[in-house]
Amino acid sequence: MQKRFVSIWFRHLKTDWFIRRQPHLKEAPVVLTSSDHGRMMVTALNALAHKQGVDINMVLADARAIIPSLQVFSDEPERPAKLLTGFAEWFIRYTPSVAVDLPDGLILDATGCTHLWGSEKQYLTDIIKRLHNFGYDIRVAIADTIGAAWAIARFGEDMIVENGEQTTALLSLPPSALRLETETIELLEKLGLRQVNNFIHMPRSALRRRFGLLFLKKLDQALGYEEEVIYPIQPVEPYQERLPCLEPILTAKGIEIALEKLLDIVCNRLKKEEKGLRVALFKGYRVDGKIEKIEIGTIRPSCNGRHLYKLFEDKISTIEPAMGIELFIMEAPKVEDLFPVQEKMWEHIAGLDNISLSELLDRIAGKIGATHILRYLPDEHYWPERSFKLASSINEKSPTNWKTGKPRPLQMLPKPEPIEVTAPLPDYPPMLFRYKGKLHKILKADGPERIEPEWWLQDGKLRDYYYVEDEEGYRYWLFRSGHYEDTDPIANRQFQWFMHGFFA
Amino acid sequence: MPETKSDIIARLRKDIFSYQKCNTLLNSTDINAKLGSLKKAFYNNRFPLGVIHEFICEAVEDEVSTGGFMAGLLSSLMQNGGATIWIGAGHKIFPPALQSFGVAPQKIIFIDLHTEKEILWAMEEALKCDGLAAVIGELKNLSFTASRRLQLSVEKSHVTGFILRRNPRNMNTTACVTRWKITSLPGKLADEMPGVGFPRWDVELLKVRNGKPGNWQIEFVAGHFRHIYKTVSIPQLQKKKTG
Repeated sequence: MQKRFVSIWFRHLKTDWFIRRQPHLKEAPVVLTSSDHGRMMVTALNALAHKQGVDINMVLADARAIIPSLQVFSDEPERPAKLLTGFAEWFIRYTPSVAVDLPDGLILDATGCTHLWGSEKQYLTDIIKRLHNFGYDIRVAIADTIGAAWAIARFGEDMIVENGEQTTALLSLPPSALRLETETIELLEKLGLRQVNNFIHMPRSALRRRFGLLFLKKLDQALGYEEEVIYPIQPVEPYQERLPCLEPILTAKGIEIALEKLLDIVCNRLKKEEKGLRVALFKGYRVDGKIEKIEIGTIRPSCNGRHLYKLFEDKISTIEPAMGIELFIMEAPKVEDLFPVQEKMWEHIAGLDNISLSELLDRIAGKIGATHILRYLPDEHYWPERSFKLASSINEKSPTNWKTGKPRPLQMLPKPEPIEVTAPLPDYPPMLFRYKGKLHKILKADGPERIEPEWWLQDGKLRDYYYVEDEEGYRYWLFRSGHYEDTDPIANRQFQWFMHGFFA
Repeated sequence: MPETKSDIIARLRKDIFSYQKCNTLLNSTDINAKLGSLKKAFYNNRFPLGVIHEFICEAVEDEVSTGGFMAGLLSSLMQNGGATIWIGAGHKIFPPALQSFGVAPQKIIFIDLHTEKEILWAMEEALKCDGLAAVIGELKNLSFTASRRLQLSVEKSHVTGFILRRNPRNMNTTACVTRWKITSLPGKLADEMPGVGFPRWDVELLKVRNGKPGNWQIEFVAGHFRHIYKTVSIPQLQKKKTG
């Protein structure tokens, strides 16, 4: 189901609260102040004060000069958090999962809730009307992502961003709508990028270099390429099951039975809720007060009891029952949505999405360690060591393709090894080289392929790569580090030859 | 009509073949087309899938050549989207290079292990997993029992296994269906053009169940194995005969 999020922005949260408590202030300009380096600064104000020219971060004396009848109260910095938590609890009437969005907002996960009010429009108007009756001036927006809803609530005009329309909705907004840091916003302003559509189509690598990873993350979160989690004030009921024992359990068989029973209950609940666990904890409370626990993790959310049992099975032997275990607890602290996979009869092999493959990897990770499992994706670098990167998850996809234009060795040495070389002329391939004490006579060669170091990442010399074949028919990848002309024995500068890989 | 001797032998052969579980049903035609005349070495002219293949090599350079040959085979095994698990000690493969052999590097999961015991365990588990296109294991030694276990796990899942043995201590009997030895050969370009040319290997099939061992010289060109019908091998042969 497509997620829908509502962002609520309290425009004058603190002053509205004061005015609600003291109704006679309704028609008066109100500001809240706090002292900063011995001066009184305006930290919050109501619409009336704003209209007459007062602004946030103004010195109180200046504000008083503009509006002599200004009503001044002292500000308490912890109040918004308290107020918003109260509101969040009240908002549970609209959706079960509400999160506080400091300093002045709320996020509602309205997925599957709006139809109870008729439509999204009616849902939102109901929220606005009720809060308006309380005396709060709010703006709301609903969108597929938290980022888009946040932006539209504060900067947009319409309340509703239709399904999948968040990109078009964001185009005309200023960059501050993306919840960026002040420095990034200032930088964008300096560069004249005053609207999201000025930079949204720029290459990602260029954006990352200039504005950093956080910028891309915020952008992706707003556009829906990266998921963003909210922390609801009322946490979801934990996936935890207990199994008290009549008599303390001492044997491995007994532990196995307890494990099986608990897994059965947890998996049944997960199945009903269409969820799968990523991490599971099995705890045994011993008679002598100690807690024995074993933990497993999975690559993909799983509610397959047999598979989870197998993962635990390897670790049962580490449980020490001592005098006996009287209570078993199964916890699933990390649970994700499980999308049922359509089984394809004609296509037995499903590549990386194959469930038996992820179960195999879980077993290997459980027994030997997840750090031993590696998968690689292409990276946008010419420097050979950086031309690939580790994939962070089994279904991570890369936006770029593998480059195939130039010859690349099937095996690469982790670190280039220096070799002795006889080379005839500048930029000619070498004639002879000595590697690990063995002399190789080069008969054929291709190259050079010059690869410059990426100056924005590292210092260093350029490399001229040669693809060579010796008289035995073995093929190597050699390079010269540095220019031929760049030799200066006094400064201890000299080019050097290296062996870097083997071709098939 | 009483069965003639040759009929009986043919029938028995067929029976033995079915006992040996050389599954030819899973065969994809693609791999056989790719192998060209090399496939004649196998029973029914089909490259055996769902079995364990053993590759022997000595020098590092030959290990790489063997890797290249295996990658060439892998590309057709992985054609229907299957993933491959590559289990080795000390990861050395340069992933971007696999693309030039027609293998998508992101579909290979490398498992980097240290002891032979761990590799054998992981390999057995992986071979039991029926969603894979192939499993490659780098092992130095392989006892008959271990190879038997691997072969048994393959029989249910029909996954093809490759075992790469670098410098084996002894060439013991194994339950593997084939034993290959690939060595590098000097490449050659047409018309004496300068440059290294395509990878060229000497492929020796030392052992094959129900087939004829042989020796071929092949070149890997544009995703295909190309045979070199030249008299290059004759001097070597003579050398062997004359001692």
